[in-house]
Amino acid sequence: MSDVMSNPGRGLQTQDARARRRHRAEVRFRAYGVMAIATGLILLVILLGTIVSNGTGAFRQAFVEIDVYLDPAKLDKKGNRDIADIKKVSTFGYAPLAQQALLAEIEARGIETPLRKAKEMKNLLSSSAAAQMRDLVIAQPEMIGQTVSFRLLASSRVDGYLKGRVMRENIAKDKNISVEQLDLTDALIQAGVITSGFNMAFITGSDASESRPEQAGIGVSMLGSLFMMVVVLVLSLPIGVAASIYLEEFAPKNRLTDLIEVNISNLAAVPSIVFGILGLAVFIQFAHLPQSAPLVGGLVLTLMTLPTVIISTRAALKAVPPSIRDAALGVGASKMQSVFHHVLPLAMPGILTGTILGLAQALGETAPLLLIGMVGYVATNYPGGLASGFLDPNSAMPAQIYEWAKRADPAFYERAWGGIMILLAFLLMMNIIAILLRRRFERRW
Amino acid sequence: MSFTTSSTSVLAVLALTAGAAAARDNVQVAGSSTVLPYASIVAEAFGENFDFPTPVVESGGSSAGLKRFCEGVGENTIDIANASRQIRDREIKACADNGVTDIIEVRIGYDGIVFASQKSGPGFTAFEAADLFNALSPKVVIDGALVDNPYTKWSDFNADLPAVEIAAFIPGTKHGTREVFEEKVLVEGCKDTGAYDMLLAMAEGDDDKAKKKAAKKACYAVRTDGKSVDIDGDYTETLARIDSNSDGIGVFGLAFYENNTDTLKVATMGAVEPTTESIASGEYPVSRPLFFYIKQAHLGVIPGLKEFAEFFVSDEIAGPDGPLAEYGLVSDPALESTQEIVLDEITMGSGS
Repeated sequence: MSDVMSNPGRGLQTQDARARRRHRAEVRFRAYGVMAIATGLILLVILLGTIVSNGTGAFRQAFVEIDVYLDPAKLDKKGNRDIADIKKVSTFGYAPLAQQALLAEIEARGIETPLRKAKEMKNLLSSSAAAQMRDLVIAQPEMIGQTVSFRLLASSRVDGYLKGRVMRENIAKDKNISVEQLDLTDALIQAGVITSGFNMAFITGSDASESRPEQAGIGVSMLGSLFMMVVVLVLSLPIGVAASIYLEEFAPKNRLTDLIEVNISNLAAVPSIVFGILGLAVFIQFAHLPQSAPLVGGLVLTLMTLPTVIISTRAALKAVPPSIRDAALGVGASKMQSVFHHVLPLAMPGILTGTILGLAQALGETAPLLLIGMVGYVATNYPGGLASGFLDPNSAMPAQIYEWAKRADPAFYERAWGGIMILLAFLLMMNIIAILLRRRFERRW
Repeated sequence: MSFTTSSTSVLAVLALTAGAAAARDNVQVAGSSTVLPYASIVAEAFGENFDFPTPVVESGGSSAGLKRFCEGVGENTIDIANASRQIRDREIKACADNGVTDIIEVRIGYDGIVFASQKSGPGFTAFEAADLFNALSPKVVIDGALVDNPYTKWSDFNADLPAVEIAAFIPGTKHGTREVFEEKVLVEGCKDTGAYDMLLAMAEGDDDKAKKKAAKKACYAVRTDGKSVDIDGDYTETLARIDSNSDGIGVFGLAFYENNTDTLKVATMGAVEPTTESIASGEYPVSRPLFFYIKQAHLGVIPGLKEFAEFFVSDEIAGPDGPLAEYGLVSDPALESTQEIVLDEITMGSGS
């Protein structure tokens, strides 16, 4: 006591050197923490900024609106409107019609251009334009001889010019567009013939060949992902929940169950490519399931998701207090009744949250799909029904993004970023559902 | 909610599989990633113009495609294999072992292999095969002797080339392109610089043929000190490497270059610029034919297979003004005889 009194510098109010040092250390530590979070946030902003700035272009698309005269002399040479004869005219017969129509439009509007030939209009229009016209004629042969107004896709170069991707100074050697054609594009934009609009086809459409990136969409691979997720959900939820209920509530605690437990935890950390090669060996080479099928993709992803589901389900079951079980058993319920009537309903929000997070992880997974042929597949066909949805070759969203990113035409690169935005939107949605479920139903004891 | 339910559902799904495998109404194609863009363009146009469903096109590489092609005959095997090289004797034998005996070989056209660098980088405008050999081979000829490659800059052996570090990005050994690069560039350069004769003199072998083979094999070698980098991915990866290294030079397919003229600058080879014309005429030396192979046993069984093959080689598709040529394929001057092969279903080795 007297020591303290005789040394007024060491009171509680005033700091000595050691206290100050400790205080400074704490301030520094907090600063490190703030810096770490700030770095993370900055990186996240950069990441999202890059994705959005690169990807928004995919959601806009340039269209050419023109009136096309469906010339009977070209489309129905015999003049008898026989559908079999009309079908003989291929898209190559339709392409010149659109080109001539565009040229006529230019002349009608008095636009000055050195391009005077219909063939020189080819680079402005997508090669899908001919198919669009042919589909209409085959559906309604009576349209032949009439002038029909079409909203045709512009070529990817024109589209890129509108978005600032294609620049005048870089096209000297590009044989898909010329400076004169860009001048003409400017004039056509002024005249309102070329317009830019929301690109619904990117979300709902199918993949296209490499010569027409303007037509490519992610719709078919979205369905592929959906069918895979159905397989994952249908298999991993019942198997995962049954396994965890048994392990948690019924299994005796012995060496064997310990071993199983350790293995499940280890499986959750196994790199996904391992499941891919397992799937290739077991499902495709041994069981002869079809390559590139969403069913196989779903089976492989189920293997990957199961440990996650089991671990989260067990955690949810553990969180239900033993008093609930005891009370149920106390009023005469059997062990199974206590589990299914009382414990499982209370654990359900946790189980569902874990399952949704597992699904979200599986949705974004690409590596195992590489090995079972879902990457490198051109997804141009919509599945015809439920069975074909599971069994016909298809791609998946992340696989489609990878496929676009490696194609030669830079227009596909933009689509890849757009695809990432859609994939992220799905993941965000699933995570929000998981959070809402937890918020809404979570109980604390 | 138990094992019974889930195992029943697995069984049900498996039963569905068996049912679906019994009837296939679309053409299935797999193989070379170089041919993939062309095949997918044709498949798309085919789906638009015919009442058959759009053929299913997958990539995976020439060897993988031919392996699947040779798995056997039947609806659960593919109908067409794309290849950026000719089928090997070994593969024909493997095919025959599995009952795939009648194969129709269809040459769709040619693909050029070009050397390109960053547009804003130094100008690698004039290459000879010898320059690339000198830059990439582990052993080069200096003053009449074969020595370890001492060159670090392009200008070290050819004063016309820029004085920058050698950095070449060439396709990895699993690519069909690598084979063409070895045959048409490295071996040529090897002969031009005189290294081949020296290697031949040193080569071990029982007879002349074996010795020549060994010498050629020695010419294929590339240096391993980091000046030459094997790219196992595709051309987009090579492009990314070139983008980050202004002195780098990469190997691309003509079609890829033509779609990226805004960032790449092409080099001439033997003073010839690679274009579809110069490759078709044979002036530009580094090119290769592209093929697809059809199982004859599937013709008439799989609906639309023959129509697809005929459509693929028709003038309006594979001709000089068709969409394939537009994308970068060098159309085959002998397309007519190819059309006959498809029309008459002439198989390989049937002598006509």
